[in-house]
Amino acid sequence: MATLGSAQLPREASLPSRVSTAPVTKLAPRHSALVRVTHWITFLCFCALLVTGIELVISHPRFYWGETGNVLTTPLFQLPIPSSRKLVPTGYSYVLPDQNGWSRALHFEAAWIAVLTGLLYVVSGLLTGHFRKDLVPSRADLSWRALLTSFVKPLRFERPSDAEASSYNGLQRLTYLFVIFVLFPLVIWSGLAMSLGFVSAFPWSVTLLGGRQSARTIHFFVSLALVLFLFVHVLMVCVAGFRSRTGAMITGRTGTHKEHT
Amino acid sequence: MIKLSRRRLIVSGLAAAAGASGLAVAARLAQKYGLIPPDAGGIYGLGETLTYASQRLLTSHSLAREFPRSQISQRPFPNELAPLTEDFKRLQTGNFVDWRLNVDGMVAQPALLSLADLKSYPSRSHITELTCEEGWSYIAEWIGVPLSHVLNLVGVHPQAKYIVYTSVEPDTWDSIDMADALHSQTFLCYGMNGSELPVAHGGPLRMRLPRQIGYKNIKFINRLTVTDNLKGFGKGLGSAAAEFGYAWYTGI
Repeated sequence: MATLGSAQLPREASLPSRVSTAPVTKLAPRHSALVRVTHWITFLCFCALLVTGIELVISHPRFYWGETGNVLTTPLFQLPIPSSRKLVPTGYSYVLPDQNGWSRALHFEAAWIAVLTGLLYVVSGLLTGHFRKDLVPSRADLSWRALLTSFVKPLRFERPSDAEASSYNGLQRLTYLFVIFVLFPLVIWSGLAMSLGFVSAFPWSVTLLGGRQSARTIHFFVSLALVLFLFVHVLMVCVAGFRSRTGAMITGRTGTHKEHT
Repeated sequence: MIKLSRRRLIVSGLAAAAGASGLAVAARLAQKYGLIPPDAGGIYGLGETLTYASQRLLTSHSLAREFPRSQISQRPFPNELAPLTEDFKRLQTGNFVDWRLNVDGMVAQPALLSLADLKSYPSRSHITELTCEEGWSYIAEWIGVPLSHVLNLVGVHPQAKYIVYTSVEPDTWDSIDMADALHSQTFLCYGMNGSELPVAHGGPLRMRLPRQIGYKNIKFINRLTVTDNLKGFGKGLGSAAAEFGYAWYTGI
């Protein structure tokens, strides 16, 4: 790597001045290319997982706790929605069309892509110091006063200043770390705990969660938490300025940066 | 603007070529070691192949969880049953004495086995969970003869790769690879919870694979065909379910 870096330096330096005579004020992108690419792949996968996940729940909108559960046992709770299966008692007089075939296939395919993308993101985030620099909060970030301010500001629909928009506040840092290192691993784990092949090789993965039906119920609630995160995340992006924030995640540049160059 | 230098172009060109040939080699290797499922075509092929290949590498010999007798479900849910055919009803009236399991294909000695034949072979049981793709499940004791025992009796050709199993129900058939066919928990199942396998649960004979989802555990089995190629069966996707968009491999 070192030789590559030093090999590039003289090349850049020897570039003829026709490229740009203006002082080089090239700002680092708000988000690195890897963060941007993995962000949008994850977004697409999340949408696919959400839609297909809802379809799969519709085929049996009852949830249980423990190892087993079916229409002959008492559920923990039942969603008040119609079902795509005749034998599920729902209180609705009609049965929705069965969509489970492609839903299962797309759910697992999107899960594969999301997990591989997530691995790439986490490994590169550790290597480049992305987590340490951009997401681990400082002591000052974690003061009650600072956390309260970052909570209240968006509630007043106050746009962040340029300085604030160039990095994350303590509340954002904690939330992103929680989503990346708690919610995503949990949703993957509880999902794998429902795979018969996977648990035959790693039985503890399901017994630790309290059984197969518990894993399914946990998977449902963690997914719900991720959907809640998505809503708040998009809302915050809107409050902070949808165009500039989304632009920053696509091109790496924010509107203000563009004006400087 | 990304500036394209010659070096950058060459390096990315080489990287792309290396990536493409790497993928091609991986695909060839996967094919050679039987890691590509028969329904690998189409837009979901990538996911199906990743799941099947990784689980084959990880779980060829792993055992499905077995449970204590105390965890057997009080009321196993039999799921919906299509109306039974007249032929089936006639056999049922005769207490399935005339039921035959036809074993053919790439075997040394094709066989026509009665239930009495199957019950005369060493009997095995396991207490395992049956799991529907919809999400529900129950635990039962399943009694039967390991499929491997019957396959050894008829003498499977060494080049065999799949066992195709067919139900008396119309358009109901499926197939498994040899890893599943020879797995110690894969049964031709004729008993449940200490008695005969009820018709609602697929009696007199059901395929029981505790490492795969319920719809792969086909009810009313009356034919086994040993083959090295699934192309000649239905649309060549390995199962009737796959023709309706349901995955052939259901370890997930």
